[in-house]
Amino acid sequence: MSRFSELKAVDPSVLDSVAQQPGAAKPDPVLTATGITRRFGGLIAVEVEHLEVQRGLITALIGPNGAGKTTFFNLITGFDLPDDGTWTFEGREMGTLPPHKVARQGMVRTFQLTKALSKITVMDNMKLGAPNQSGENFFRALVHPLWRQQEDEIEERAIALLDRFKLSHMSDEFAGTLSGGQRKLLEMARALMTDPKLIMLDEPMAGVNPALTQSLLGHVKSLRDEGRTVIFVEHDMDVVRDISDWVVVMAEGMIIAEGPHSAIGENQAVVDAYLGTHHDSALTFDDETTAKMAAEAAAGADSAEGTDT
Amino acid sequence: MDWGQIFSFAIESALGTQAMYFALAAIGLNIHFGYTGLLNFGQAGFMICGAYGLAISIVEYDLHWLIGIVVGLIASGIFALLLGIPTLRLRADYLAIVTIAAAEILRIVVRATSLRGFTGGSNGINGFTAGFQDARPGFLDGGIDLGFISFSSRQSWVLFLGWITVLLGVGFTYLLIHSPWGRVLKAVREDEDAARALGKNAYSVKMQSLVLGGLFGALGGIFFVLAQGSVQPTPQDFGTPKTFFIWVAMILGGTGKLWGPVIGSVIFSGLLAFTDSALRQAVAADYVPKSIIDGVQVGQMRFILLGLGLMVLMIYRPQGIFGDKRELALDAN
Repeated sequence: MSRFSELKAVDPSVLDSVAQQPGAAKPDPVLTATGITRRFGGLIAVEVEHLEVQRGLITALIGPNGAGKTTFFNLITGFDLPDDGTWTFEGREMGTLPPHKVARQGMVRTFQLTKALSKITVMDNMKLGAPNQSGENFFRALVHPLWRQQEDEIEERAIALLDRFKLSHMSDEFAGTLSGGQRKLLEMARALMTDPKLIMLDEPMAGVNPALTQSLLGHVKSLRDEGRTVIFVEHDMDVVRDISDWVVVMAEGMIIAEGPHSAIGENQAVVDAYLGTHHDSALTFDDETTAKMAAEAAAGADSAEGTDT
Repeated sequence: MDWGQIFSFAIESALGTQAMYFALAAIGLNIHFGYTGLLNFGQAGFMICGAYGLAISIVEYDLHWLIGIVVGLIASGIFALLLGIPTLRLRADYLAIVTIAAAEILRIVVRATSLRGFTGGSNGINGFTAGFQDARPGFLDGGIDLGFISFSSRQSWVLFLGWITVLLGVGFTYLLIHSPWGRVLKAVREDEDAARALGKNAYSVKMQSLVLGGLFGALGGIFFVLAQGSVQPTPQDFGTPKTFFIWVAMILGGTGKLWGPVIGSVIFSGLLAFTDSALRQAVAADYVPKSIIDGVQVGQMRFILLGLGLMVLMIYRPQGIFGDKRELALDAN
């Protein structure tokens, strides 16, 4: 049961009519960002002119290392403050809200380096996620009957989610004993305890073994089926092709392309960003080509070394 | 050597005033560090707030001792807010630097000559325990005598009330830690950003923890001076070493464990008295030649032995007496 009764699944075909260009307007944006700039000294880490994220669908944010994807995540979740720019969530101006208030609006994030809370149990990790807990007030916390019932309800939800993420056998263990992949699952499950409208996953598949990747992908898709919006950063193009409804490409802090994944690989700006300019082959989401690209890159490195010596 | 006397000294100290007020201050430190991960190196500062709050309200303003205790608690709450507002938004180590400095500043300020009329300057304050002792219930008038150890009537009353406060403090901590509030506290200890990302106000929770632990520090200071009968701004009473002894007591018992700070304080005080009296008797009975140590040097020697003992503990039981080794292993990740 969701505290947001209006959540309902959205048909991905609504994006068919959207222009495939940076800053394209979406039929029903849940998140819009305008003129977001973040400088670190002389370096402009993020410079996003305009971005709209469609409600209820899965948007992938890709780009080469250092493109500013994680910084952008930090900015719109309140973990970092932009030098300039505004963004709205559900039409509400987010301004300079601190992270915990952003989260309370229904916008939750996970981290690139998983933040399992090691020395508390998996179950407590889950319960922590639940919003509006009356027992989190210092004075009410002292009187256990005041929050006992809510605690039981939260526990029920946590058990259901742990079952769904196949972690229920670990529920009494310290979260620090989980494997890397299980921590990713726990972090996603814990984020779901907040019952978010928008969930932002920072490299959810990094370091997860292939067998677990499939189940994680399934979980992400099921979020869309529940009507939740997903934004995720990912480097694995297979994952992007598999689950994303829309792809946003960042490079050097700017959004350089937007479109469905089928169109992104053909986009000259994207190819340039990933492979350098004056490259004439299209970027495809295909294992063979990826391998070839890697080989070429390696060969390039070799020849560069060759000229050095 | 009179082993009976050595052990009765040790047990008397283990149950005595030092163990009692260490336990109170260590409960506070455990809330700070054990549950919230706040590095407070100025617990002595909170003790000063409690001790001087009590003494000044009784001597200068003629208030009831219970009101004096409340004044001491309020003073330490204000001290916590002053320390917390600028530092709790920053990384954990900033609080450590600020608390260690602020506690010393406070001690040096109260011993200032210009404040002599108010805080007594370097002489401190005496004669504020009469009202407290008048309130002593009749059954403690004869003191407490357990045969091999005994406490005077004045001491008994402080100990009686102090240990009850310790028990209440442990119960209070239990209720808080086993609540959603306690869960947020521990989450902040593990990873502040994760807690924030889940909608928890880490700053506010850290502030609440700093104030709460500071109140226990103040109670420690209050019972310390009620037992001692005077407040003196000396380094051995309220200086940085005191803070570190309280840290030792907490770590000895087990950080982040409910009974850790209490048991740690009992063992710390007991061991200190044991090494002291055992050494003294060994020296007096010439088991230890005077050329190695004499009676005067025993005072220093006992801390060296205690330090050795702590090293052994940290090697073989780094999690403390009550600690959970599994938790420590998780730190490696």
